[in-house]
Amino acid sequence: MRSWIEIVEGVKIALGAIRTNKLRSFLTLLGIIMGVSTVIGISSLTQGLDKTVGEELSTLGSDILYVAKFPWTERIDFEEYRNRKDITMREVEALKERATLAVGVSPSVDATRTVKYRNKSLENVSISGTDEVKTGNVYPVLGRDLTAADCEHRRSVCVIGWDVAENLFEDKDPIGQRIKISGHTFRVIGVLEKQGDLFGMNQDQSLKIPIGVFFKLFGHRRSITIQIKVADPLVLEEAKDEIRGILRQVRKVKPGEPDNFGINQMDMIMNLYRSLTGGLYAAAIGVGAISLLVGGIGIMNIMLVSVTERTKEIGIRKAIGAKRRNLLWQFLIEAVTISVVGGIIGVIIGFGLGKLVAAISPLPATVTLWSVLLGLGFSSSVGIFFGIYPASKAAKLDPIQALHYE
Amino acid sequence: MLIDLKKITKDYHVGTQTVHALREINLGIDSGEYVAIMGPSGSGKSTLMNILGCLDTATEGIYNLNKSNVSELNDDQLAEIRNREIGFVFQTFNLLPRATALHNVELPLIYKGVSAADRKKRAEAALDKVGLSDRMTHRPNELSGGQRQRVAIARALVNDPSIILADEPTGNLDTRTGDEIMEMFEALHDEGNTIIMVTHEEYIAEHSDRIIRLRDGLIERDEAA
Repeated sequence: MRSWIEIVEGVKIALGAIRTNKLRSFLTLLGIIMGVSTVIGISSLTQGLDKTVGEELSTLGSDILYVAKFPWTERIDFEEYRNRKDITMREVEALKERATLAVGVSPSVDATRTVKYRNKSLENVSISGTDEVKTGNVYPVLGRDLTAADCEHRRSVCVIGWDVAENLFEDKDPIGQRIKISGHTFRVIGVLEKQGDLFGMNQDQSLKIPIGVFFKLFGHRRSITIQIKVADPLVLEEAKDEIRGILRQVRKVKPGEPDNFGINQMDMIMNLYRSLTGGLYAAAIGVGAISLLVGGIGIMNIMLVSVTERTKEIGIRKAIGAKRRNLLWQFLIEAVTISVVGGIIGVIIGFGLGKLVAAISPLPATVTLWSVLLGLGFSSSVGIFFGIYPASKAAKLDPIQALHYE
Repeated sequence: MLIDLKKITKDYHVGTQTVHALREINLGIDSGEYVAIMGPSGSGKSTLMNILGCLDTATEGIYNLNKSNVSELNDDQLAEIRNREIGFVFQTFNLLPRATALHNVELPLIYKGVSAADRKKRAEAALDKVGLSDRMTHRPNELSGGQRQRVAIARALVNDPSIILADEPTGNLDTRTGDEIMEMFEALHDEGNTIIMVTHEEYIAEHSDRIIRLRDGLIERDEAA
């Protein structure tokens, strides 16, 4: 009961002191506000990013493997990089024939070109050569997808992404129209549904053509990525083993030598991504910690001033019965109140910054309870840590000298 | 006996010199007395007041207050004794400038650990007693000097102390207001309160029943007024 009265009184006194010295308190708060808002702002952005990236990656499917020349997340030295054999249609054929755990094997090659329609053109369109086998889950909203016949006969047809359709054809129906890629004419047979961004890459500014046509147009000397849809995510590991066996045989890897190809899956990207945002997060916490330290020093400074200014008040309080503990509490609570007020403002600003960035950029923002608690927890510990010295100074003052201080 | 000082000595060390502020003072004050302490500056009257008020402890000697020895208590124990036994009234009022009259009067009760509702009731009663029931929410800078000193008296009374210790209570007031304050002390004395007043004004000391005169750290005279 007694200590509760002390705490309530302490908070009242502290808020009164903050109100009396508005500008001074605000300047003191600034460091804390910056520290907490940095942490909250960055954490709300990375959390938001985590959430959406997780969602997007899951739409890409956890049952799809990507066979490429290199594993996505491993570092490979340059010599190795230059000398490694490309993945060719031979591997695709072998997998199509022999991979029993795969329900779909689809090669794809990519290039970036400008696409023209009459007098309009669109730069940086990602052109992918593929075949009729569907492994992803993106479907045409208009027209049709590539068929086995298109691929077999190497027809000059294309299925265009949403943004390509919008930019080149506006309100016109694109189906049946002819577009030019590197001087070659293609007939539009379908428009894919809108997919949105992934890692800041626009997936809708793309089109796909039969892989045979792609090779004819852009040459064979490029490595294929093979998408393999596995029958069941539960047999993913077995499927990997099977694919590894087939590829080692086709690519003539001797026993005991390491693979000269990579079998990738989206989880790897997710892990890589997590390690990147983890670094960002750590950096933000570092910046926040430094701000909090500076803010804490500011609080100590202001509390020392406050104790000196209120020496007489301390004397009065001691004369009428305040013990050391009472004054220690009073000034400690004042320091903590200042820092927690700073923490709260920091949380609000950080949240606002997150929302602002989310509003003007494609980055999403999410504020989690634990980041708010972290911000408040840190700011109040700063208050305690840097408030204890000034408070103990106040507590130890001699009542007679304090009373006669002018 | 309420106050019993036995051979109280207080020395101050200033550099290498020792100043003897009080030299083996013996003094007894009974409950319900109205005592004035007089003396020129440097006579030791402030030192005596600090010791009587438990703001300071003697270098040597024994101080029995309300039959308990307070000469060897530590800071916090002295704070508790001050809170319980002593009501201070200072020359410069010593109110908290930002707090209302009511809050100023509540202060001793806060340190005693009295609940908010009870505190308010008692503080209001004390302010009512000094005739300030219509000024409770005013801050010191909104009050006249006399009113401020009455707030201070209310604060001194609120905890029902054994001694009211007044240090030049009229020193910062004009004569008429000073007289009002002195009347208030007399009324308090009539109610049975023990009052010890430090002053250098003869006519103020006249209000008391007993005048103790100090000089050079010794009691020069101790006589009825």
